Amino acid sequence: MNMALNALRRLGNATLKTLVHLGFICRFFFAVLRHSPAAFFRFPLTMREIYFAGVLSLVIILVSGLFIGMVLALQGYDILSTYGASESLGVLVALAMLRELGPVVAALLFAGRAGSAITAEIGLMKTTEQLLAMEMMAVDPLARVAAPRFWGGVISMPLLAALFSTAAIFGAYLIAVQLIGMDNGAFWGNMQAAVDVRTDVMNSMVKSLVFGVIVTLTAVFEGFDTKPTAEGVSSATTRTVVHASLAILAADFIMTIFMFRGV
Amino acid sequence: MSATVTSSQDLVASLTNVRFGYTPEQSVLDNITMRFPRGKVVAIMGGSGCGKTTILRLLGGEVHPNTGQVTVNDQSVPDLNKRALYAMRRKLGYLSQFGALFTDMSVYENVAFPLCEHTDLSESMIRDLVLMKLNAVGLRGAASLRTNELSGGMARRVALARAVALDPLLMLYDEPFTGLDPIALGVVGQLIRRLNDALRISSVLVTHDIYQSLKIVDYVYFVGQGRIIAEGTPDEIRNTSDPFVRQFINGEEDGPVPLHMKAPSLTQDFLARSAS
Ligand SMILES: Nc1ncnc2c1ncn2[C@@H]1O[C@H](COP(=O)(O)OP(=O)(O)OP(=O)(O)O)[C@@H](O)[C@H]1O
Ligand SMILES: [Mg+2]
Repeated sequence: MNMALNALRRLGNATLKTLVHLGFICRFFFAVLRHSPAAFFRFPLTMREIYFAGVLSLVIILVSGLFIGMVLALQGYDILSTYGASESLGVLVALAMLRELGPVVAALLFAGRAGSAITAEIGLMKTTEQLLAMEMMAVDPLARVAAPRFWGGVISMPLLAALFSTAAIFGAYLIAVQLIGMDNGAFWGNMQAAVDVRTDVMNSMVKSLVFGVIVTLTAVFEGFDTKPTAEGVSSATTRTVVHASLAILAADFIMTIFMFRGV
Repeated sequence: MSATVTSSQDLVASLTNVRFGYTPEQSVLDNITMRFPRGKVVAIMGGSGCGKTTILRLLGGEVHPNTGQVTVNDQSVPDLNKRALYAMRRKLGYLSQFGALFTDMSVYENVAFPLCEHTDLSESMIRDLVLMKLNAVGLRGAASLRTNELSGGMARRVALARAVALDPLLMLYDEPFTGLDPIALGVVGQLIRRLNDALRISSVLVTHDIYQSLKIVDYVYFVGQGRIIAEGTPDEIRNTSDPFVRQFINGEEDGPVPLHMKAPSLTQDFLARSAS
């Protein structure tokens, strides 16, 4: 009886804490949005963050995309050819990448590469009182630090996801056409016929845009929420990667239900 | 001219009966009243952890007092809304105890930062101003360095140049002398004094360096146990018989100020350990 009560109490406590945390993130989100005009009026600031979050993530995104496309082609050819459907390999890779793997895996990589960097940088700025110094100079860190990083990430994410999918399709082409010797025309032709711009390409963009918001909002929030110690920075960085990744997977599941029901 | 002017129109900032604690249970400052007249350099001294940085934070509006008034430029700081608070802070120069240079910028960009954010000056004008400020702290040659290439004392001087970049009305220096060699220390001390007199601003100087500061300040407050323990002009301080001030000047361990934080006696602590 007592144990059950205690368990219930702990559950309630954890739920309340999570709700409060979510509330904080929401308020933070709106505060960042309110300060966003600054990020666009002074676009060089945002440009710099697009460079750090986007351009510097290019290598890992392109290489991972290429390899995922290649293994997908190898596995897909193996399975499809047992049903005599190996002609559809291009379709399989393109749809798998555009609908699910492209946005999701690119976002997971982005959380690990750019999200953690954003959190660590802001956390360290807080620990060394740079944010306080900025506030004392009458410069709002939300406008100067948070908003450019947020929009830099949100703009980068769909572009990275698109490049990721492109690299994967190119990798599949290398395996299917160049290595296995599938017909070049069938590979691209079937793909073009099966991929729909609205349901597949647009939805893919929408997904990665949402993931971009999730990753950068988490990263920037955790940075500002860091406990100002070395330990605090490291645990905030970890939290960014874990929370962002889980949120990406959950959001993907929900969006897939709405986007591809009965397609 | 009299040594201290206390009529209200000549005060740039003041604290009146301020009581403050970071947590509700424990108060850091109990009853602090301080006056910062225009054109004067006022030093705040006291043991480590007595709340000196906290006083500067109160003046900057970073934290609010539980009771009592904090005014800067005849405005009550805790009552300002965000816009007014930021307007007030533009007239404030703050040198953080840790320097707090922006690590993603060069020395030049650090000093240019407040100018770029708050003025519409042309690039060449900003360049001239930045080099002038850096020259004043003897670091014009370091303009292109990254902040991680600076020594501790150099970083502090760059932070000083950045803090005074906008020619503020009130300067808050949190331990500007730590990490400086004797030459740089003298230079920075003179710089603080010169800046103060040239611009007729007032300066609040938190420091442990009693010899250096007695040379340049107009008034000294000693803080301890959340109260002001002693105050006076440098001459009064030098000749005082107050045991607290004498202990501070001579650097003795035993005296009215305990070195140790409140704790059970050493024997009790050791016995408790071996018993458990
Ligand atoms: N953010 C904070 N949260 C809770 N307590 C704090 C915080 N900052 C400081 N304190 C406490 O307030 C007291 C005064 O701190 P403060 O930083 O003002 O001291 P100080 O006089 O500047 O010391 P020092 O000379 O070592 O810099 C200390 O006992 C410290 O433990
Ligand atoms: Mg301090």
